[in-house]
Amino acid sequence: MIAVKHVRKTFQVARRDAGFRAAVKTLLHKQYDTVEALKDISFTIDDGEMVGYIGPNGAGKSSTIKILSGILTPDSGECLVNEKTPWKERISHVAQIGVVFGQRSQLWWDVPVIDSFELIRDIYKTPEAVYRKNLDELTQMLQLSQILKTPTRQLSLGQRMRCEIAASLLHDPKVLFLDEPTIGLDAVSKIAVREFIKELNRKKGTTVILTTHDMQDIEALTSRILLIGKGQILLDGSLSQLKETYSDQKQLTVAYSGSAPALCPGMTVSSAQPGQLVLSVDPKVMSISKAISYLSEHAEITDLSVSGASTEEIVVQLYKEFRI
Amino acid sequence: MKQYFTFFRIRFAASLQYRAAAWAGVATQFAWGSMLISLYAAFYRANPADFPMEFSALSSYIWLQQAFLALYSSWFFDRDTLDSITQGTIAYDLCRPVSLYWMWFWKDTATRIARAALRCMPILIFSAFLPAPYGLSLPADGVSFLLFLLTMILALWMANAFTLLIYILCFYTMSPMGLRTLSTTAIEFLSGALIPLPFLPDGFRQFCELLPFASMQNLPFRIYSGDLAGYEAVFFIFLQLFWILCFTLLEQLLLKRALKKVVVQGG
Repeated sequence: MIAVKHVRKTFQVARRDAGFRAAVKTLLHKQYDTVEALKDISFTIDDGEMVGYIGPNGAGKSSTIKILSGILTPDSGECLVNEKTPWKERISHVAQIGVVFGQRSQLWWDVPVIDSFELIRDIYKTPEAVYRKNLDELTQMLQLSQILKTPTRQLSLGQRMRCEIAASLLHDPKVLFLDEPTIGLDAVSKIAVREFIKELNRKKGTTVILTTHDMQDIEALTSRILLIGKGQILLDGSLSQLKETYSDQKQLTVAYSGSAPALCPGMTVSSAQPGQLVLSVDPKVMSISKAISYLSEHAEITDLSVSGASTEEIVVQLYKEFRI
Repeated sequence: MKQYFTFFRIRFAASLQYRAAAWAGVATQFAWGSMLISLYAAFYRANPADFPMEFSALSSYIWLQQAFLALYSSWFFDRDTLDSITQGTIAYDLCRPVSLYWMWFWKDTATRIARAALRCMPILIFSAFLPAPYGLSLPADGVSFLLFLLTMILALWMANAFTLLIYILCFYTMSPMGLRTLSTTAIEFLSGALIPLPFLPDGFRQFCELLPFASMQNLPFRIYSGDLAGYEAVFFIFLQLFWILCFTLLEQLLLKRALKKVVVQGG
């Protein structure tokens, strides 16, 4: 159970104009701006939930994760993770959570992965039997047997990320924080990581909180979404709910030969290339069947497909609507 | 405690790998020690009456200093630790159920001991065979030797505490360069690494002996040769303990404050 109440966090950011004169001026008088990373954040997450935490860059996603994992101390507000305040009882709190920062590495660079794992086992005082069991499971689920004996520096990004995730789970954490776990991964690795996280949540009931910019991650993994922007929670709901509210627009992809068709009210161009148009159609103004017949009258159509808005588009729409 | 031993073990094993560097170090230290002793021998011949230490005590001081250089070196800083603060990998360190302070402490202790272990034996053995008064002589007596061992350990603790202070201040300054240069210079001079403290002018010498820097290498090496003994030695051991306690408490406080407003650099 994670309960966050009215958490606020500000940062001091040093600012100066470009150039030498400004640099000299800064020597005498340094200027700071206060940036409100989190304004007033409240939410609760139950045990065993999988939550996608989304928002544009700089919205405060990582700051929230860092507060929940005991790294940052907020200016004010309350926060309980498994009945503990992360920044006050850091050591006992972090023993029960796992964290993966997609942009950093927790594995020792020069030594084989398995050495890093054993170090982590000792740091968390994981009993040998539990460690063995988890290691076997993780090795099998994440297909690590080939790479455990390789030094970290010689792993590909996808291999390393699988090891990073395994490293965070060796001590059986109740809560797993994933900060952009699929950043920079290829399609195969992404799918492997997603499958694993799903399996983990289903099998062990681990609570998973995931930040990502990859909407396919969200679609594949989470049913609940928290949208954060400008330091505030803007939306808290399920993905399907969101889709209903925001995806009434339909998308028509039209391939044509000859000249492009003229458009009529209710249609807007999403993207255009010679020979292909992607149109958004608002069903309230014009029904899909009418749009199709209109298009076939006005152009030589070679191919046509209709689809609902993708999660990606919903999110862009959300960002627009909340002006973030 | 077992967790910290793990850090110690891994770092110790890693530091033992640099054997070529160790041999180069042994050669340098031996040449450097010989040079220093010839220099002081010239002074001694010019006017033995003004020499503040027994010559054999000075020789022992210099050879011990060269042998254990890596143990008390003021220029040793763990790059990984400094980088973790300035680049933000500290985020992962803070996710571990261990105290940051003692993790750093044991990592650095391991590196210092491993480096010294590789270097000290050839120098100690070789210098013990040099003719008196130019070589390393036996300790003044049994008690001196025991006190020497005790103060060696405490001096290592003190040297480490100083390094940790620089790490912690790095949270505030973000660049370790200035602090490193400053602390290295101060320690080199004030701990008796450059010139043994007894050679400093009266008044200034007594002042330096009370500073925390004197608790680093000055103390054990002088106790070994009997230059400091009896109540005087005991007084300085208590002073050493006092400084260690002060530094540890102050640093814990500073670190706590720093972690409250820590910013993980680089997003």
